[in-house]
Amino acid sequence: MSEFLQHMINMLVLGGTYALLGIGLTLIFGIMNVVNFTHGVLYTFGAYIMFIVVHQLGVNFFLALPLAVVAGWLLGAAIELVLLRPLRGSDIDTTMLVMIGAWIAMQSGALWIWGGVAKSVATPFPDAPLVIGPVSVSWLRLFVLAAAAMLIVVTYLMINRTKLGCAMRATFQDHDTASLMGVNVDMIYTSTFAIGSSLAAAAGALLGPVYVIFPQMGDLAAVKAFAIVILGGLGNITGAVIGGFILALAEELGAGYVSSGYRDAMGFLIIIAVLIFKPTGLFARSERVG
Amino acid sequence: MRAAVAILTIVAFASVPLWLRDPYLMNALITTGIFIIGAMSLNLLLGFTGQLSLGHIAFFGIGAYVSALTSLGFDAGLPFGLRMVHEPWPPIVGFVLAIIIAGFCGYLVGLLSFRVRGAYFVIVTISFAEVVRLVALNWVELTQGPLALTNIPSIAIGLPGLGDLTLRTKLQNYYLVLSVAVIAYVLIWRLVHSHFGRAMRGLMENETLAVSVGIDVTKTLTLAAVISAGIAGAAGSLYAHYIRIIDPEVFAFINTVTMVIMVITGGKGSLAGPIVGGMIFGLLPVFLRPIMAPEAQWIAYGGVLIVILFVLPRGIVPSLAQRFTKRPSRTEAVTPVAPVTFSKRDVKEHA
Amino acid sequence: MLAPATALKVEQVAVSFGGLVALSDMNFTVGEGEIVSLIGPNGAGKTTAFNVMTGFLDPTHGAVSYRGTALNGLKPHQIADLGLIRTFQRTSVFPNDTVYDNLLIGLHRQGRVSLLEAILGLPRARSSQRRLRERASELVEWVGLERRAHDLAGSLSYGEQRLVGVALALAAEPSMLLLDEPVSGMNASETHTFVELIRNIRDRGVTILLVEHDMPMVMSVSDRIVVLNYGRIIAEGPPDEIRNNPAVIEAYLGQGAARA
Repeated sequence: MSEFLQHMINMLVLGGTYALLGIGLTLIFGIMNVVNFTHGVLYTFGAYIMFIVVHQLGVNFFLALPLAVVAGWLLGAAIELVLLRPLRGSDIDTTMLVMIGAWIAMQSGALWIWGGVAKSVATPFPDAPLVIGPVSVSWLRLFVLAAAAMLIVVTYLMINRTKLGCAMRATFQDHDTASLMGVNVDMIYTSTFAIGSSLAAAAGALLGPVYVIFPQMGDLAAVKAFAIVILGGLGNITGAVIGGFILALAEELGAGYVSSGYRDAMGFLIIIAVLIFKPTGLFARSERVG
Repeated sequence: MRAAVAILTIVAFASVPLWLRDPYLMNALITTGIFIIGAMSLNLLLGFTGQLSLGHIAFFGIGAYVSALTSLGFDAGLPFGLRMVHEPWPPIVGFVLAIIIAGFCGYLVGLLSFRVRGAYFVIVTISFAEVVRLVALNWVELTQGPLALTNIPSIAIGLPGLGDLTLRTKLQNYYLVLSVAVIAYVLIWRLVHSHFGRAMRGLMENETLAVSVGIDVTKTLTLAAVISAGIAGAAGSLYAHYIRIIDPEVFAFINTVTMVIMVITGGKGSLAGPIVGGMIFGLLPVFLRPIMAPEAQWIAYGGVLIVILFVLPRGIVPSLAQRFTKRPSRTEAVTPVAPVTFSKRDVKEHA
Repeated sequence: MLAPATALKVEQVAVSFGGLVALSDMNFTVGEGEIVSLIGPNGAGKTTAFNVMTGFLDPTHGAVSYRGTALNGLKPHQIADLGLIRTFQRTSVFPNDTVYDNLLIGLHRQGRVSLLEAILGLPRARSSQRRLRERASELVEWVGLERRAHDLAGSLSYGEQRLVGVALALAAEPSMLLLDEPVSGMNASETHTFVELIRNIRDRGVTILLVEHDMPMVMSVSDRIVVLNYGRIIAEGPPDEIRNNPAVIEAYLGQGAARA
């Protein structure tokens, strides 16, 4: 029983960060209709920023996190401006292939700069975990959960309570009408990509210290993000949050009770199963942002 | 004219071992040739039916493993206490089985394509490949997992009256790969120019219209997937029996990307495109090795893919062909043509 | 004189999209060899009706049958196999192929040989290809586009593309042709050519149903006209009757415009 509770705790921590990944991608995929294969790289990028900022620049851990988010935002905006904007109006698979090219280039860049040896980030939390009854959870993971929850709330508020969020939702529904209403669709696209990328970077920045950091870490993260988006429905933030937790749950239970080697397969199996049986996602309300 | 070019090319390739002495380059040519066969099969799906399957390496790898396991034999447990035992069979049988089983997997993927198209199809195919990789990695009893299948026997061909010829040397393998490549090329060529090829083209250009003249979407896409996967499986089998070691890394996504770059750069939808693209990206690493680390090379390859998509989106071969034909081959439609599949394609192939 | 055998039968077809009723209780038939036009003001439900009859939309109620075979639930390519071929208003061609190649694709139903025969280039496959090529040439000439046969279909003028669309439909050897606003966007001379074409097609034994806005064209070419308004049939009959039908006039011009 305590083992089960332990899995639940782990699931919550993991689910929160997965939700961030999923929200970021569902925004990009949903609003811009771009199959963003660089999402995983942004995740990796966020993690490496933590490493650089904490270890090589000596900045405080808690300050490093917002820096990583901002860095992710900037990189996302750069990618959109340089690669996606000129291709506006092209086939969806041309942009997809361009994203793949960018992914390969950036990941190889990370490999070239930092090498394949995994890095770890020192955290200011005590090593001894917090023990509550039969379960224990490290302070780091508690922090991760709290930070993820906070970011989810902020994103939610942004989408639903700000003008930018309103413009994003309008663009999601109909680009042409939105632009006729005065929305600067180009700017919305750049913002969406930047925001989505910053969320991926945030997820990487949070999980990097929990595990280790290596150049290919984003690959699995990317697929999991897609699984979450497919589960939750395109453009559906709430769906992405729930999807993130479902994926975490599937992974925890799968790893715990089936086989740990297939843990990462959970994401893939979910994708295949959902797309075969319910292609619009588990939450078949009309797709919407928010 | 085209036949002459084709024959000259084949003769040129066939003559290479007569003057090339460097075993290192020879090895590179052989593996490049194998990857070109894979790229040609990917081109069938990507260039002629418009389906971007990013799990293509799965068929290649399945072919490799099937062929290897057939010729090595295995003894593995199944659920409910059953055991699967297989005695080694001649590698040539493995080659045939690789084609059949990979083709069957292609059939499954083709069925899926009816349910999900476009971007979702891409994601499903990636997932399929990753699941296969994880199975290969974790089902250690069958596949040896990361420890790899080793000592895979070389293919042996029975020559009537002359006994068996085991293809062990680089020279022999080179001609084997070349032969399979030529057969694959001819097969695809005839397919594309057949009634079935026109159905694929119709589906890719205007699915609604194609369907209204009686073209069956599922059947066409599935058949294309089966043939494409079968050819990839053949390539995988050749790989297994040449390199003689197979491990789950064969399923790495980077290998699919390699084939994609070959096809896109060379020109999707053109028969010669994968060959040109394959030669470039198969041999470039060999020549760049002394001056650039592999990671740096990959930065460049990613960059090349992007640049090609921006500057020469149809790829090298179709763009060159366009220069040399008098007919205007790429004209903007006078009236706006609403895309009825998820992408528009220009399939003027000149190979 | 015997009434013509029934080709297409539409029985009690109704279509709703959520709360919106697009078609209600549609009943009519098209006889073999007839030219029937479906007309009505914008929003009357013509396109919806058309899509139901060609298998691109399932009706909420009712049934459509062709020569006795129910069309409900059949996929569009299966309906095409029954000989029911439709044209499209926009995107009527395969834009990146030549006109000639367009027709070759359209001849899909005719060219069926087994894949193995095709790949090996066996005699049956080769003679089939030859026949297809001949037929494609015939069709190109028949619609008067020989001079453009080797140009990309996407580079043709709008009117020419519609002709290719019809040729494509003919390539599929229809026994009944459903034309979706075939002359929309055409000038008077192109329309005239088209009317001749339609008559020619009917003379070869093909039943024709068309949806159209162009009144003079409809009046001149149809044997019978079916008028839709607000998803219902409000009138049906030969052109002369329809021309003077008060309900029809009211539908198009509004109340108060109906003449005595």
